[in-house]
Amino acid sequence: MKANWISVLTFIGPSVVLLMIFLVAPIFISLFMSFTNFNVYAMTDWSRAKFVGFDNFVELFQDELFWKALWNTFYCLIIALPVTVGLALLGAVLLNRETTKFKAFFKTSFFLPFVTNTVAISIVWTWIFNPNYGLLNWFLGLFGIEGPNWLGDPKWAMPSIIILVVWKAVGYNAILFLAGLQNIPSYLYEAAELDGASSVQKFLHITLPMLRPTTVFANTMMIIGYLQLFEEPYMLTGGGPLNSTLSVVLYLYRQGFKFFRLGYASSIAVILFLLIVLLTLVRLRLSKEE
Amino acid sequence: MKKPSLITEIVVHAILILMALATIIPFVWMISTSFKAPDEIYVFPPRWIPQHPTVNNYKNLFLSTNFGRPFLNTVIVALSITFLSVVLSSMAGYAFAKFRFKGKDNLFFFLLATMMVPGQMTMIPIFLMLKQFGMLNTYAGLILPGVASVFNIFLMRQFIGSIPDELIEAAKMDGANEAFIFFRIILPLTTPALTTITIFTFTGSWNAFLWPLIIAQSEDMYTLPVAVSVLAGQYGENLGMQMAGSTIVIIPVLIMFLFLQRYFIEGIAFTGLKG
Repeated sequence: MKANWISVLTFIGPSVVLLMIFLVAPIFISLFMSFTNFNVYAMTDWSRAKFVGFDNFVELFQDELFWKALWNTFYCLIIALPVTVGLALLGAVLLNRETTKFKAFFKTSFFLPFVTNTVAISIVWTWIFNPNYGLLNWFLGLFGIEGPNWLGDPKWAMPSIIILVVWKAVGYNAILFLAGLQNIPSYLYEAAELDGASSVQKFLHITLPMLRPTTVFANTMMIIGYLQLFEEPYMLTGGGPLNSTLSVVLYLYRQGFKFFRLGYASSIAVILFLLIVLLTLVRLRLSKEE
Repeated sequence: MKKPSLITEIVVHAILILMALATIIPFVWMISTSFKAPDEIYVFPPRWIPQHPTVNNYKNLFLSTNFGRPFLNTVIVALSITFLSVVLSSMAGYAFAKFRFKGKDNLFFFLLATMMVPGQMTMIPIFLMLKQFGMLNTYAGLILPGVASVFNIFLMRQFIGSIPDELIEAAKMDGANEAFIFFRIILPLTTPALTTITIFTFTGSWNAFLWPLIIAQSEDMYTLPVAVSVLAGQYGENLGMQMAGSTIVIIPVLIMFLFLQRYFIEGIAFTGLKG
């Protein structure tokens, strides 16, 4: 129906004004700030910030810590994404079987980590990973395995963070996949059975292709989420040891809110945004080609 | 369909039980440790149920670190964001779904596109803006940036879009105004979507960390996640107290989830299938 302007403004006005102030304007200001040397001196007097062209980006590309942070973040994404998808898919397929018992219980328990506060559960995991008193090494010890110094060893610190990241994400994705599975019409399976297809064949030729929209959505959400890795390394390791768990957002936080190099931090934010857009587009392009 | 063999059933359930244990054990251990005295915490093998349960960790938390204040702050902030966001998003969602006005589609697609922008990009300008207006370390600074949500507007628009236009037209014929239509016809029909965005927004703002970490600069403005992260630094060796703190942050949302999980799960399925 055609609406008069007064009701349009009443209904969308408040949201649009807030979004302009707290979302749209900041996006452009952030872009602008990435070309300035806005620093701790400019905090009290904005006029001290100078336009410096691409200086921040030039510095960023020569900044070893930034490359380290970028590498660590991709390391997390590249390992955590397929592991999350694999476990979530496994959980969803098993929950979708007709003869599986206690479905409600399993669903509820898988989902718990998703609604759980990351900061608080990170404190719990810090102690689970503790090499001397931790549950994980005690558990490995039962099988005669001597567990590593998880968070203290530069080789194991990132894998530890990935364990927590995956632990938090599997349930949410399992629910997504379960919804996707339940959306597959059962006559497809019945027809395949008549043709004598095995379970594996049905999974490969019906389930996976039919799940593709869900997979693309889940992948996209994971790319966006994992690239913003922050709370887990902030709490578990503070980025250490030897910067082995420094993530892009943790580095941005440090530059912006520890050293108040807000111009430089803005350029990190711009790169992060470009990476998210780029990877999302690549993922969507891949799904079109499949 | 042919019946799966007993072995298949056993393997399937064993895998599911292992996965469930992996998710549940950290919670069980957190709660159990929060009721342990120091001498029982480092006992191996771990005791899942404390032999001499004590509430001292909780007492210390509220007496020596004044954990009540961040709890109150979090309740105030999370409830305010949730209430304002649900009201404003459902209004905007209704307008985007049912009103016809110039530039509507362009505006909506523009807003959708901003969903790809990471929060860290807007954080620095908002921080400077609030600093300029003297709103750092205030409730307004914690609440206002979190109110407008493109995701909530999108979800409400999708849901309200499925309500037939005839219902609204008929009400108009009877002389109902926009406010009446919105509150008495649209809102009652969107209860599932309203519940979904309410619990998602509440959970999100209860758990928010980076923004409160930046905006809350004195202890009396800390939210729970900030307070518990500071606790981990200050009482690094006091495991019992840390677990009590973590339990207090985690449990309220967990209880809400147990009661309303149908809406959580339907909400996620909805975004997944429409996404």
